[in-house]
Formats: sequence, C-alpha cells, structure tokens
Amino acid sequence: MIKRALALTVALLLVWMMFDMLINWNAPKDLSGVAREYVEKEPHQLGAVNVVTAIVVTYRGFDTLGEVTVLFLAATGVAVLLSRRKKEPKPGKKKYRPASEFLNTGTHLLSPFIVMFGAYIFLNGHLSPGGGFQGGAVIASGVLFLFLVFPNFKLNHLALNWLESTAGASYVLVGILGLLLAAGFLDNRFLPLGHYGALLSAGAIPVIYTFIGLKVGTELSGILENLKN
Amino acid sequence: MTEILLILLGIGMVGAAIMAVHLKNLVAAAVAGGIVSLFASVVYVVLAAPDVAMTEAAIGAGLSTAIFLYAIKKTREQEVEHD
Repeated sequence: MIKRALALTVALLLVWMMFDMLINWNAPKDLSGVAREYVEKEPHQLGAVNVVTAIVVTYRGFDTLGEVTVLFLAATGVAVLLSRRKKEPKPGKKKYRPASEFLNTGTHLLSPFIVMFGAYIFLNGHLSPGGGFQGGAVIASGVLFLFLVFPNFKLNHLALNWLESTAGASYVLVGILGLLLAAGFLDNRFLPLGHYGALLSAGAIPVIYTFIGLKVGTELSGILENLKN
Repeated sequence: MTEILLILLGIGMVGAAIMAVHLKNLVAAAVAGGIVSLFASVVYVVLAAPDVAMTEAAIGAGLSTAIFLYAIKKTREQEVEHD
C-alpha cells in the first residue's frame, strides 16, 4: 500500500514537471547555435547534401565509430552465448513446416530488391535520408526473409566474418587516412569533394558509409543466424 | 490535420505499449512491441526525421521483433507468474 502511494506520488510529481514544461514550450522559429553553424557551413566544408549524414559521419564521426563498436560487441556476445548450442549433436534431421505460399512467393520476388534497396540507402547516404546503419538493417531484414522461408538456408560464415572484419578495419583505416592527409581523424576531405549533389561527391563519406553498411548488414545477419540455429 | 494524425498515432503507441506489458501470450506481446515501433516510425516521418524513421522501421519494427520471436521460440511461449 505504502509502495503504491509512493509510486503514485512520484508519478504525479513527474506529471507536474512535464506539464509545466509542456505549457511553457514554444517551437523554435529558426535554428540556433551549433545547428545553424552546421547548416550554413556544411555544404562548403564537406559537400554532402544530407546534413545529417555529414554530422553523423564526419563532425561526430567518433560517436559513429563507437556505435559500430557497440554493435560489434553485441554481435560477438550473441555469438559467444549461443555458439555452445551448436556443438550438441542434432537429434536427426528436424522437420520444418514449409512456409506459406504468400511468404514463399513474396520472398522470391522481394528479397533481391530488399537487398538492393539496402545498398541504395547506404550508397546514397550523403544525398538522401538514411545511411550505413539503415542500409545494413534493411539488408539484414532481406536475409531474415530468406531465413523465414528456407529454414535450412545457411550463410557462408567464412565470407561473412571476412567481410565484416575487413569492413571494420577499412573504416578505421579511412579514419586514419583522414588524420594523415586532411584535418583530422575521420575527416572526409582527403578525397575530392566533387560536384555538390553527385553520387561520387562529399569526399570519403560514401566510402565510410559503404563500409558501415556492409559491417552492420553482416553483423545483424550473423545475430539472426545465431538465434535461428 | 497533422496534429490529429500525431495524436492518433500517439494513442495507438500508448495502447500497443500497454498491451505489450499486459498480454500473457509472449508472441502477441512481442508483436505489440513491434507495433509501437511501427507507429513511432510514422511519427518520425511526420516530424520530418526520415533518417530516424528508417532506423526505427528497420530495426525497431523489423529485426528486434524477429529477434524477440526467435528468443521466445527458444524458451517458452507463456509468461510464468512469480509472486
């Protein structure tokens, strides 16, 4: 009873705080401070049409490297925790219920396009919304479709691990190239900025996002496969 | 118009979240959690944040729901009461 009263009091206090904030909140009319700096200077400095991408990959590149590392650790943790299961001998060949006609046909039609769309998202990360993480997640959802329809579908582990570690190492290498050839770690300006709005523009941003996309896609696919087995 | 859509989506999100907490069937609860993410991604599109919306739709609604479902399949399908 006392516990409930306490919880209710805390909840009411939070409501009062939030209500106060909500009543006095006004939508900002224009950008302020660092946001305006980014929006005004980014096209000349980095040459990416999508300012969000320029912030994520270059201005805040360290955060992105940290996020990629966190995802890598999560994927490794899942692999370590679930790999013990694989050593047990499988009790015969398991019978799986075949996937329904809808799922079957839909997967056959859509999965190549889903993977292609994922590649499109991370290749156009500097031009349109999205980027490496989104593209990688879309690719992994294409792989998820394949797992759902073909229960015995196996990914090539050697190629997957090789691709993942190469992409991760290349990402750091591109960052170091920025340190050596341009202004700092993960600076994109050691490659030419190119024509503003073209596919091959914005220096190293498309290169970095391609590596991130490959890495995230292979990691999420690896997590899904580990969970499936 | 946009406000009405946002309010409806918000109500849907809160409702799906309450369902995700209270449903005894874990598969249904995981799907309700996915619905929260799906509505959230639509809200992000309306609020002009397509980058976040893409992440929310692909990871929140797609992959994490699938991971929850795989995990439930590996354990058991009903919630067990501890009191």
